[in-house]
Amino acid sequence: MSADRGSLPRYIVQRILLVIPMIWLALTIVFLLLRVAPGDPVSAAVGGKLDAAALASRRHSLGLDRPLIVQYWDYIKDVATFNFGQTISDNRPIIDVIRDNGGATLTLTLGAFLFALVFGIPLGLLAGRYRDTAADAVIRVFGVVSYAAPIFWTGLLAVILIAPTGWPTYDIASPVTKFEVHPVTHILLVDAALSGNADAFWDVLQHHVLPCLTLGLLLSGVFIRLVRVNLLHSLQGDYVEAARARGIAERHVIRRHAFRNALVPVITIIGLQVALTMSGAVLTERTFNWPGLGNQLVKYLVARDYSAVQGLVTFFAIVVVIVSVFIDILNAVIDPRVRY
Amino acid sequence: MFKTLTSPIRNTSGMARWILLAGLIITAAFVIMAIFAPWIAPYGFAQNSSDGMRFPKMGPPSAAHPLGTNDQFFDILSRVIWGARTEVTVVVLSVLFAVSVGMPLGLLSGFLGGWADRLMVFVMDVLYSFPSLLLAIVFAFLLRGPLGGGTFAAALALTAIYIPQYFRVVRSTTASAREATYVEAARAIGARNGTIMGRYLFGNVIQSVPVIGTLNAADAISTLAALGFIGLGIQPTDAAEWGYDLSRALDDAQSGIWWTTLFPGLAIVLLVTGLTLVGEGLNETVNPTLRKRRFRKVRMPANEPTSALVEGEV
Amino acid sequence: MSTPQDQPVVDARDLRIWYGSERGPVKAVDGVSFSIRKGEILGLVGESGCGKSTLGRGLLGLLPAGAEMDGQLHFQGTDLLSLPRKEMFARRGTELAMIFQEPLTRLNPLMRISAHFEETLKTHERGIGKTEIRHRALEVLRVMGIPPTRYRSYPHEFSGGMRQRLMIALALVLRPAFVVADEPTTALDVLVEAQIIRILHDLRREFDTSLLLITHNLGIIAEACDRVAVMYAGEIVEIGDARDVFADPQHPYTRELLRSTISLGTTGLNYIPGAPPDLVEPPSGCHFHPRCPDAMNICAGRHPLKRQMPNGVLTQCWAADLRHGLAGSATALTSEQTAPLTREEFSVADEA
Repeated sequence: MSADRGSLPRYIVQRILLVIPMIWLALTIVFLLLRVAPGDPVSAAVGGKLDAAALASRRHSLGLDRPLIVQYWDYIKDVATFNFGQTISDNRPIIDVIRDNGGATLTLTLGAFLFALVFGIPLGLLAGRYRDTAADAVIRVFGVVSYAAPIFWTGLLAVILIAPTGWPTYDIASPVTKFEVHPVTHILLVDAALSGNADAFWDVLQHHVLPCLTLGLLLSGVFIRLVRVNLLHSLQGDYVEAARARGIAERHVIRRHAFRNALVPVITIIGLQVALTMSGAVLTERTFNWPGLGNQLVKYLVARDYSAVQGLVTFFAIVVVIVSVFIDILNAVIDPRVRY
Repeated sequence: MFKTLTSPIRNTSGMARWILLAGLIITAAFVIMAIFAPWIAPYGFAQNSSDGMRFPKMGPPSAAHPLGTNDQFFDILSRVIWGARTEVTVVVLSVLFAVSVGMPLGLLSGFLGGWADRLMVFVMDVLYSFPSLLLAIVFAFLLRGPLGGGTFAAALALTAIYIPQYFRVVRSTTASAREATYVEAARAIGARNGTIMGRYLFGNVIQSVPVIGTLNAADAISTLAALGFIGLGIQPTDAAEWGYDLSRALDDAQSGIWWTTLFPGLAIVLLVTGLTLVGEGLNETVNPTLRKRRFRKVRMPANEPTSALVEGEV
Repeated sequence: MSTPQDQPVVDARDLRIWYGSERGPVKAVDGVSFSIRKGEILGLVGESGCGKSTLGRGLLGLLPAGAEMDGQLHFQGTDLLSLPRKEMFARRGTELAMIFQEPLTRLNPLMRISAHFEETLKTHERGIGKTEIRHRALEVLRVMGIPPTRYRSYPHEFSGGMRQRLMIALALVLRPAFVVADEPTTALDVLVEAQIIRILHDLRREFDTSLLLITHNLGIIAEACDRVAVMYAGEIVEIGDARDVFADPQHPYTRELLRSTISLGTTGLNYIPGAPPDLVEPPSGCHFHPRCPDAMNICAGRHPLKRQMPNGVLTQCWAADLRHGLAGSATALTSEQTAPLTREEFSVADEA
């Protein structure tokens, strides 16, 4: 019946239209949070270096002496035109910061996700299938510990262990590579591939391994636990028993009915890990001195640069919203029940 | 009431019980460390000399310093033990704050219903969906100015992240209990509103709060350490903090110095694991859908056909 | 000598299904015997917790881990319980099938109806092609009153009644000889219930299927079943032709069940006092004696023997024996034994 086909596009459109109000809400919250702070952004950032008059004029040039509602409106307008403001401490447009460092964070998170999926999902299914056996216990303990271990600790241990072998443990590429590769997409891995320089590409790839594995390990711990729980639920499903009653082989029942149905909510769960991934990325970048947005955020935090922090957090919030909508749509494609 | 509180624990069996026990033991060890720090730790957390002798800088583990010293001349064993005190204090404070703010709000929201309820739910949902570390960063950043870098500020920064969880749990139980059939039934047999709220809601909520609380605590330790690592955590002069120690170890890693990294990090892993195990163990027992029914083997005696047909004998 | 034609499709003897618990074995099914002929519908009725669902599941081998089954279960001549488990399970779908209570949750929400049929048919007939599958599926769906246009829909797109019909179609597509229907209409409203019962009733005409219809609803039994078995505390207390049992119930429990049925003519509520018995330690002697209006002293001491009553119905009851003068010299009952059983009034607490 066409009702089935028709509702999916409609659902997608609905979700996409929701993006605007959701982003607006996120922006409002970010704005309010950062304005709630007592004290004054400019003096916090550069207080010691400028005298009172210079501070005042700086404040004025940044528009910080205008009424709050005007600032708010300007802020929204700016973001709509992809203007995330200006940093106070080093006077750069934040959009430039995003452009220069976003690519590194992107490749880091995608690589980590890939590893976590490949490693975590099969282990989670295994643990659920063979519940309460030794294998299950080991896998679950691994899941707990990999989540408990701070990512900066596992990263540091990895560095301590691997550094003596000569494998790169620091930064995203060697200085030579960085010099040779021209920024086209501003994603170093892609640019290195585009440049046709095999050595450069390999260099960047090598540098990716350790950070992606570290972050991926953390994520896989979460995936394992979630997949396992979902599988346990779906194994108890009534349709599983009904399938057995129809004489379907146990192996097939587990694979087709239990596994598959268990993995459907996993898509949503993976999407929800975006938040976790971002936090993890910030820490990973700090550990490996990875030139991503997380590292930049920390730098501006330590410098107490309100404007930069606001701009970057805004960007992060927008990314979270967009990804969550995307996940919703993906979920609807996979699970026919959601479309209504 | 003690019975209700501990019944999930007493009803554990099999794997859930082991998990719970292991977690409790580990957690207890750290709590003891935290409480008795002044007596257990060989040195103070900011102590860099003893009897006039300066401690070695980044000295490897030795008899005098079983876990070595770091680049600020501090003894790592002492830092780990004092760190336990910091972590436990901050986490307990933040969870308590979160509970005392989140639960009443949830109760209120669930009870009121209507637009006030919807608004609060919306705000809490948004807060909940924010990356928790980023949220903690923002709050720590904001509170740094007025409150400085001590334990109290850190605890407050963490509180805000966890409020939505308690709010949600209490609110949903309250809201659904308002409509729930068992509440209707209770009203039908004449129970007073106070009794209904007390008995049913309290019981329901009490079951889930320990699970949330322990998992919260585990997350709080991680977050606090992360804040310390970034530099937004507790200042080293105020208290020892494991995450901060790891941030100092960043430079050491490239030159093969491992003890400044291993021990503080190990402490974090163990404590978080311990708390998580407690939470997961409780969850397995409290959450009936996860419980696996324990079937005992049964042996049947030989079948005497007692139901054999007896022809009518007249 | 019975020819294969007369041989019952299902012949169960002394079936026991026990499973373990902390307090001891739960005797969910404790010595149950019955037989069903080809095209016959046997109704199995009883209170919740009497073991009828367990019995239904046991016939299909769908018992949870830890449950033990014992006795003889002859299916088309072969004793299923003497076969290795795999062989017993192999008959599921093709010769034995089950229709469940909750149609919503019994279909995989992520699979289209066509996929359900493909899976079932492919499992049992390896080489079957997609067109053949579609043909057979649409055929059985037509009998159930489901239009072919819905073949590629998802389960949640159907109403409750249609879903149950889908379940029945899915169970029947392989033409099993015997179907167990476990409370097939309990989750449905009355109008839909009537339709489903009609469908089940007509099964024998279309497919010659034998059916065990498990329910707690006497009205359905009256409407659709040829014979009825009344179950209490894991035992069948009365079994016979449905009309005979309804017209002249022999066992007090059956009588009380019939009396407590509500109809348009009901002016007062009848109910059976007391609560369903504990299956770990059922009452001594006749399990029904604590709640039986006709209980005698012997009922608490000795388990009654199964006998055939003059009207052809089988039952196990001392009072019934007495009534028909069936207690022979070997089991002569003294006047002391036949005196009414004294027992304390049920306090309200017992009811709760």
